[in-house]
Order: sequence, then C-alpha cells, then structure tokens
Amino acid sequence: MRYVDLLIIGGGPAGLAAAIYAKEAGIDNILIVERNKELGGILNQCIHNGFGLHIFKEELTGPEYAHRFTSKVKDLNIEILLNSMVIDITKDKIASALTEEGIIEICAKSIILAMGCRERPRGSINIPGSRPSGIFTAGAAQEYINMKGLMPGKKVVILGSGDIGLIMARRMVLEGAEVLCVLELLPYSSGLKRNIAQCLHDYDIPLKYNHTVTRIIGKERLCAVEISEVDENRIPKKDTAKVIECDTLLLSVGLIPENELSKKLGIELSRITGGAIVDNNLSTNVEGVFSCGNVLHVHDLVDNVTKEAYRASESAVRYIKGNLDKGQIIKVFPGSGVRYTIPNFIDISTIKDDTIDIYFRSNEVCENSYICAYIGEEEVYKKKKRIITPGEMESITFKHKMENLKDICIKIEEK
Amino acid sequence: MKSFICIGCPVGCQLSVEVLNDEIKVAGNDCNIGKKYAIKEITAPERMFTSIVKTRSGKVVSVKSKTYIPKDKLMSCARELKSIIIDIPVKIGDVVVKNIAQTGIDIVATKEVV
Repeated sequence: MRYVDLLIIGGGPAGLAAAIYAKEAGIDNILIVERNKELGGILNQCIHNGFGLHIFKEELTGPEYAHRFTSKVKDLNIEILLNSMVIDITKDKIASALTEEGIIEICAKSIILAMGCRERPRGSINIPGSRPSGIFTAGAAQEYINMKGLMPGKKVVILGSGDIGLIMARRMVLEGAEVLCVLELLPYSSGLKRNIAQCLHDYDIPLKYNHTVTRIIGKERLCAVEISEVDENRIPKKDTAKVIECDTLLLSVGLIPENELSKKLGIELSRITGGAIVDNNLSTNVEGVFSCGNVLHVHDLVDNVTKEAYRASESAVRYIKGNLDKGQIIKVFPGSGVRYTIPNFIDISTIKDDTIDIYFRSNEVCENSYICAYIGEEEVYKKKKRIITPGEMESITFKHKMENLKDICIKIEEK
Repeated sequence: MKSFICIGCPVGCQLSVEVLNDEIKVAGNDCNIGKKYAIKEITAPERMFTSIVKTRSGKVVSVKSKTYIPKDKLMSCARELKSIIIDIPVKIGDVVVKNIAQTGIDIVATKEVV
C-alpha cells in the first residue's frame, strides 16, 4: 500500500492545475494517475488556438497551454503515474490502480477527481439505419487527424454544432475534405459564436438549425445520410427528408462527465450535469473528495477549468491541513431560465469576505435579460446581459452577510 | 454596411462596420479588440493557421503560423504543409517551415516531440 496526502485522478488541465496549486501550497506527497501515455488530456489533440486568454492573457494552442502546466509539474517534481488507471476507490479513500507494474493500492488523505468527460456516441442518440464504417465522434476524428495524421474521410456531414463539431468542420476542410453541412437539432448552437464565424462562415459551410440525421445509408462504408427538419418538439417532419451523399458522419452531440469511478465511491451525482453535487469548496458528499473540470460539469473554456481546479485544490489543501471546517449549509438552486448551478450548496463557515461565487448555465438563448439572485423574496443581485446562451457558462459574484444567508435561487428574468 | 461576429474572444460580439469615405465606423463591439478586428476584417482579413506536420519517425507535430496570416492564404498554407516531412526532435517555437505560401510568415511547432 502506498500512502499519499493528495491523489489526483486524471492528468488533463484540471488535474495538472490542481497538482501545481497543492504543491505550491506546501503539500509534498502528491500523486497524479493518468490513463494516457502523456499528460495534457484533451488539450493534446486541440491543436487550434484560442486557449489561455483569461489565465495567460494570450492566445495559445491546446498543446502550448498544456505544456505550460506539464513543464511546471515536472519542475515541481510532482509524481506522475502514466499508462495507469484507477479502477476502484473505497469510501476510506483507498484507490486501486492498474499500472505498468500491475495493480497497486493507494491510500490518500484527500482525492481530487479530474477524470474529464467523454463524447456521446451514436448509440445514445438512436439514429436508425445500417452500421457501416465512416461514423465517428468528432473527438475521435480529431484524434485521428491531429495525433495520428490519418484522415477519416473525404465527404463529410457533421451532426451537432458543439465546439468540437465546429472545430472539426474547419479542420477537415483544411486537410482537403469537403464538409457538406453541419446539422443542429436545436434552434441554436451550443458552440461559441466565434467558432461559428471562423470555422463555418470562413469556409462557407452551411449550418442547418432544427435538423437531424434520420437514417444512415451504406453497407460496408457510409454512402449517404438522410436528413430531416424537426418541429418544435424535435420530432422529424416526414416531408422534409432529404438524402445527402457522403462517406463520413461526425457526431458532436454532447459530452458526458466520466463518473463511473465516482459512483463506486458513493458520490452523489446531479441528473442534469452528470457530475458530482458539490458545495462552494467543490467538496463532494464524500469527505475529503473534491471534483473539478469536465468531470464536474462540461466547460466551454479551459481557462475556467484551470480556475476551478485551483479552487478544488485550495479546498483539498485546507482539508489535508485540517482547516476545512463544516458548518451550516444552505442550498443554491436554479430558478426560471437556469439549467444548473455550481455549487449546489454553500457551507457558510467556509465563505471568505462574505463573497459568494456562483457559476451557471441558461436553459435557452436569452437576449437583453437580467441575471438575478434571490434569497427568499429578496433580490440580492441583478445584472443586465445583452445575450446569455446555454453554450457559454455564466458566473456571478456578490457579497452578502453570512448571518442571515438562506437558500439562494438564480434566475434569468426579462425585466 | 457589413455585419459579422468578432472572433477576438469567446464573447463573440455581433459587429457592424460601415465604410464612409476614409473613415471606418464600427458598432456592436464590447471592447477595443472588436474595433481592431472589425477594421482588419474589412480591410485585410487575417487568421491564425493551425495544423499538423508529419515527421519521418511517423509521429505528428502540431504547428501554427507565427503570426496571423491573410485569410485567403489559409488553403495554400494547408496544401504546402501537407507536402512536407520534418525530422524530430522539435521544441515549441522551432521554425518548421519558413515563409509558408510566400506569406513571409513562418510555421512553428506548438508541441515538443522527441
């Protein structure tokens, strides 16, 4: 059995930032367990630029952003286990990991969950038709092209306008493929607006809202897809079906936090985010276990992942040093227009300077609306926003006296 | 008047630009990045170029243009890069191709590959 102060599961952007923060805060005995052969997580295949504007005030590519953290982890002599996967954890925080040396057991004072997320596959959206080759998740295609230098196809339809789908539309064109269209089931894109501009508009790729794939056609290899317009209940309209010849279908239809391990540990998960239910310290219901990054909720910006990991790590450090008290708990919950909030709870005794930070996502696109926070009937925060979209995480910060703090409701209101 | 989305940051402001004789009027921008971007976009649009380059070892190196390149040169950069094979090791910032597609701009590695 190995004993560590802090076990970090996952060596992507969340795990790396958490490790660096803890080491610099004086925790020496840290171990990062990473499933892949290198650190950096998904950033390694995100070769496009646009990372780091908030954290470094400059635009970096994914591998460059990752390098800033991996080189620091190496400089700080933080121990890393590569090609290793945690397969089980008990409630007393004993983890079993499959490593190159066989199965080892690690007993940790505190654990940070930073396993990231994975893509929803074809099976989870039930597209009818045959099962030929040529259907990939957008992230898998990204890995083939950017990590292995292999092209998955030549004539491409993309289903889903999440950021990875948009980025891959441009990437496929630059590598010589023809991207016929991007289909989006919803009347809006969950991707960043600038990605619609620089990945689709720049290359004249049409984006069809309220559209989906209704049939897969092809025996050995994909030959065509049937696409249809959907009504307001997302049901395909029969008379709109159209067949488009293509050899490749990329799916960018959502990401799921990878919490199988968390479930084994008895961590309570949110049905909305698929991630852990946490308090303001990003503490889960299992004492000493914290969650951050895409395993907690799917982020649109890596900068926010880094910041969240610092917060989780700060809490883990306080827990290890015995300074994370438990006090009175209040609830934070989503009201009209809000899909979810992070945190779900606030432990009043751990709030500093009476300052409350809440992150959330909206249910739909709202223009010229107000973000409001209520305690009972009392409005404690109000701010106008020109546009709020589900694809972009929002955050609010406000001060409130802790003595009379009660459950907080976040709403989006028109006036 | 032309209208497009700012790509300067994740906010994505809807910009509108009007060219009046020798003055360019920008509206819809939340900050100065938007104004600069709008003027650039209407006079000489440019983008960052990111891609990969193959190596003799079979490994792949991610690369970017050292600075923004003219938007209409993106495809010629991509085509030229496809015909190139380099040797490793490379470090971040190493020049992989000089003066890509006669733009005067170098292509540099964004990943350390040994």
